[in-house]
Amino acid sequence: MNLSEVVGTFFQAHLPVLPVLLPLFTAAALLLMGDGGGQANHGGSLLRRRRMVSLTSVIFGALLAWRLMLEAAGGTLTVYPLGAWPAPFGIVLVVDRLSALMLALTWTIAVPVLWYATGGWDAHGRHFHALFHFQLMGLSGAFVTGDLFNLFVFFEVLLIASYVLLVHGQGRARFRAGLHFVVLNLAASALFLVGLAVIYGVTGTLNMADLALRVGKLGAQEAVLLKAGALILLVVFGLKAAIVPLYLWLPGTYAAACAPVAALFAIMTKVGVYSIIRVHAVILDNGAGHAALAAEPWLLPVALVTIALGVLGALAAHTLARLVSYLTVASVGTILAGVGLFTPQAMSAALYYMVHSTLVMAALFLLVELVASQRGDAEDRLQPAAPVAQPVLLGLMTLLGAASAAGLPPLPGFMGKLMILESSAPAPAQAWVWTVVLLGGFLTLIGLARAGSILFWSVLAQDSQSSRAGGSTKLTLATLSLLGLSLVLAVAASPMKRYTDAAASQLADHASYARAVLGPLGGESAQTTRRYQGGEGEVVLPGKGGSP
Amino acid sequence: MEFLVASGIGVVSATGIYLLLRGRTWPVVLGLSLLGYAVNVFIFAMGRLWQDAAPILSTHGRVADPLPQALVLTAIVIGFATTGFVIELALRSRHETDTDHVDGHEPASSDGPHGSGSP
Repeated sequence: MNLSEVVGTFFQAHLPVLPVLLPLFTAAALLLMGDGGGQANHGGSLLRRRRMVSLTSVIFGALLAWRLMLEAAGGTLTVYPLGAWPAPFGIVLVVDRLSALMLALTWTIAVPVLWYATGGWDAHGRHFHALFHFQLMGLSGAFVTGDLFNLFVFFEVLLIASYVLLVHGQGRARFRAGLHFVVLNLAASALFLVGLAVIYGVTGTLNMADLALRVGKLGAQEAVLLKAGALILLVVFGLKAAIVPLYLWLPGTYAAACAPVAALFAIMTKVGVYSIIRVHAVILDNGAGHAALAAEPWLLPVALVTIALGVLGALAAHTLARLVSYLTVASVGTILAGVGLFTPQAMSAALYYMVHSTLVMAALFLLVELVASQRGDAEDRLQPAAPVAQPVLLGLMTLLGAASAAGLPPLPGFMGKLMILESSAPAPAQAWVWTVVLLGGFLTLIGLARAGSILFWSVLAQDSQSSRAGGSTKLTLATLSLLGLSLVLAVAASPMKRYTDAAASQLADHASYARAVLGPLGGESAQTTRRYQGGEGEVVLPGKGGSP
Repeated sequence: MEFLVASGIGVVSATGIYLLLRGRTWPVVLGLSLLGYAVNVFIFAMGRLWQDAAPILSTHGRVADPLPQALVLTAIVIGFATTGFVIELALRSRHETDTDHVDGHEPASSDGPHGSGSP
């Protein structure tokens, strides 16, 4: 075997863990390179080198993520046991279609966002690039892990990076929003642990595949506890995803963050959605016995109210950043409305819409800053001000983003919403879904039209000295590429829909998931601390001196 | 023992939640720490309460569930790091806004209708 073969085999064998390790090592290398004591000068050679390392790594990461997605598209479930410990005992990383899709989405957004950040934001504080990569590590880890406790750990990784990224650039408003964000998330982490502990206490496992096998065998008594634990997790994930009573932190936080950070945060709400899918739509689906569909009475109504309040917030917003933040809330509501229908068709539609809305929201967050930087002192406040320097370009970009966010044909937002509406046909709540989603789209359109006409048309003529400060080609191109990606999604709607269809049916197929993850040693044949039928957990010794 | 542990967890988390809802950053940080302690003991208790049992697999004697102990160790480490971070952030915020109120301004000296519930 020659060297390239060895490297090839090694690469193939460790592919699932690479999206986690690559940002970790990149971040460590960036920390070692230092940032010149925070005295970043814009043209410094150190800054240039850091940008190069950072961008190269993120592009490589995107290639890895796409490679994983192409592999997963064929239906392979890649299981990577960390430390080679077999599944119910050790922690496994599992790449199925959903995980690979989320990975590819994360890294695809990361490339233009980081490119945008190299346009100046990365020099406005310390260690931006290292933190960006730590955040990517947390995101990738959360998407590939097959263990609930490991999910908690990666949540913490991505959160602690996001705490610092949020106050990047500093300033009073950021610290204020930052403190709220951190305290809320720490409280949520405590709840996360409570939920996990309850689930472990009842079932004796935190491995997702093992859990899916065990929940169906619980008696009615234990199932109540399990439901309580799962609903506590729904609260935690709901806080991350920003669903109705728990979304109040989002508009202030996202509006305070600097543009590339806000754009990256667009994927953070989707971590919450992803976790809700994993726990409530997969582990606790129809086959979960007494605890089946624990979230069903809650998820759909809450999602519809989220759409309504998000859209109303967008109508009332007085800055463009808050408007986009509220639209993010509304889009999460739309996704969860699809998830909350609990059918594979609706799940597929929700996944399609999630990919689209994440791309559009990230692009809109970048666009907010482009527009704001050309409006002088008015920034992104929705009031008449000096005309922007590039009204045609920015106006068209806003129009494109707005039309896509509102769901006008033939843009992908329209298709996503249409799929969700179609898939709600057999549900008893169909009328509600149609009313709220369609009215929500209409009101979004009004809100965005109002914002657009104020921003671009009601200009103050006397002050024609508009600034082009933010109009650098790099920033515009980075934003355009994100908008372009969402357009690609409209062109590639058919393969994308096939992929999400397959992802949804793969999620429903517990048997092959369990077979792939647990293998012959796991499942019923594993000697774990608690027996499969639940009941009072007595630790059973493995008989006659059984070695591990 | 069950009663003692359960009520202990309850009292500590109630105290933690009370402090968490205060308006100054220091009580909030203390509240988060207390809540963390309560949660850690809770995780520990979810492996059931054992007396006289080793947390490692052995061929004789009873064995306590070792997994919650590993989980709690991870939770402690993460909780320690985040507490350190939130203290630093609170100090920095105090520096930046000249007040240790969590909203970044004194409620009395506000120049408008800053209700605690309004955005």
